[in-house]
Amino acid sequence: MALRTLFTKKALTRASGLGPLAAAAGDRGLGSGLGQARGRTAATLPDLPYDYGALEPAISGEIMRLHHQKHHQAYVTNYNNALEQLEAAVSKGDAPAVVRVQGAIKFNGGGHINHSIFWNNLKPVKEGGGEPPHSALGWAIDTEFGSLEALVQKMNAEGAALQGSGWVWLALDKGSKKLSVETTANQDPLVTKGLHMVPLLGIDVWEHAYYLQYKNVRPDYLKNIWDVINWKYASEVYEKETA
Amino acid sequence: MQHYTLSCCGGVKASLPPPLSFRWSKIKREGGRRLPRCARIAAQLELKPPPYSLSSLEPHMSRETLEYHWGRHHRAHVASLNNLIAGTDLDGMGLDEIVVVSYNKGNPLPPFVHAAQVWNHDFFWQSIKPGGGGRPSGRLMELIEKDFGSFDRMLEEFKRAALTQFGSGWAWLVYKANRLDVGNAVNPRPSEKDNKLVMLKSPNAVNPIVWDYSPLLAIDVWEHAYYLDYENRRADYVSIFLEKLVSWEVVSDRLDVAIERAAERAREAETRKQEDDTAVTHSEAVEMYLDSDTDDSEAE
Repeated sequence: MALRTLFTKKALTRASGLGPLAAAAGDRGLGSGLGQARGRTAATLPDLPYDYGALEPAISGEIMRLHHQKHHQAYVTNYNNALEQLEAAVSKGDAPAVVRVQGAIKFNGGGHINHSIFWNNLKPVKEGGGEPPHSALGWAIDTEFGSLEALVQKMNAEGAALQGSGWVWLALDKGSKKLSVETTANQDPLVTKGLHMVPLLGIDVWEHAYYLQYKNVRPDYLKNIWDVINWKYASEVYEKETA
Repeated sequence: MQHYTLSCCGGVKASLPPPLSFRWSKIKREGGRRLPRCARIAAQLELKPPPYSLSSLEPHMSRETLEYHWGRHHRAHVASLNNLIAGTDLDGMGLDEIVVVSYNKGNPLPPFVHAAQVWNHDFFWQSIKPGGGGRPSGRLMELIEKDFGSFDRMLEEFKRAALTQFGSGWAWLVYKANRLDVGNAVNPRPSEKDNKLVMLKSPNAVNPIVWDYSPLLAIDVWEHAYYLDYENRRADYVSIFLEKLVSWEVVSDRLDVAIERAAERAREAETRKQEDDTAVTHSEAVEMYLDSDTDDSEAE
């Protein structure tokens, strides 16, 4: 893995000695850490596979640090709390409490899912970030959208037009094998747009993802982020799902 | 405040003093009698400045935040709104009306986000001031204690609303007069009692006037409102807002207006009810007369 500096936060798993297991669980990082808490598998904050400053100048180190250590960590913490409340409610047979906690599970669980994907969608330029997709995914993009430029334009337009907070996705429909551009509001995961939808790429357009650097000019953030997009990861997911 | 410009086909512009908006729409509909035939009236809503300088809320809200929040975000909504409504039915309406009409009963039209955000931000800047904070008094404090139990409990509810508005949005203290006949929107809380203070939160640009509530206080919890000064720490921002920025005088004034408005509504409703009762009595009398008439003609 990439060099660790003083600035990266160690996940709970490494401290507990379950590091190798966690790494083996895969870079997909849906709570790739396997923390054991109260006999249940708790979600943990996955490590970034690069340093906070490694995506500059597209995304500043300051943003990456806050985004990972504060925002994503908060989703993980609150998701675990919500799951505990759910367990308690289920075991007591308290149906109103079960239903009441669903919002927190969706918000925070969604936030954890989406950001875990996001960190893998980004890559430092030195390690291949920004290199366009080839072979299967490249052809599929050309077929569906005409060209990579057209896809980028479409995602940027939809991302810029999204009101409030949310995500813009390059999605693969597992059933039809077709690509599409989707948006979701707040922390709704892509699957809320269709049960067969698989995220190949997601771009966070919540203000916290860009404000310190780009202020209100979301279009500039969208323009620049393509310099660090990890098409290799997207290709791997695509090939796995269309095999 | 709106000022009106005429743009003739030749692109010549002239400014006129702002008359009542209804008169302008009327003139427009009548084919521009008083104006050159080619004139097209464009109502320009303006970006209102906050009632204090951009640096006077430091250190609680920085000048930089105001320069972006007011100078970029708020300004952009004004420009977008003007662009979208030019030449449409919404052109010439007051801002309140544009908000309610474009909300379209929960299926908002494109101008809504801009109209509502212009309204919301005007309201927000007025809600705070340098040297704000402290505690309210008089009728406002009485109502707070009646409807929340205590001032501190109200603050807790305000914070909770602000912190649990997930994503972008606003938290509101509103005065709610329960009316059964809500013209343009669906009232989401029909079961609550009349005339009380409640805490609300709303997503993105949504605004309680679309539910016919009277907002008294608002806090912007879009990330752009606090990120430069507080980063992710929304809780700190909300606390400072309440401790150092909120203008309880303005909230109090708004409450007075809201109570008066509710009283007037109640009076109007009562008058209408009485008129309806009288109308029913009259029509019964007419029907009796008509019945005997019909009998006569059949006899012929």
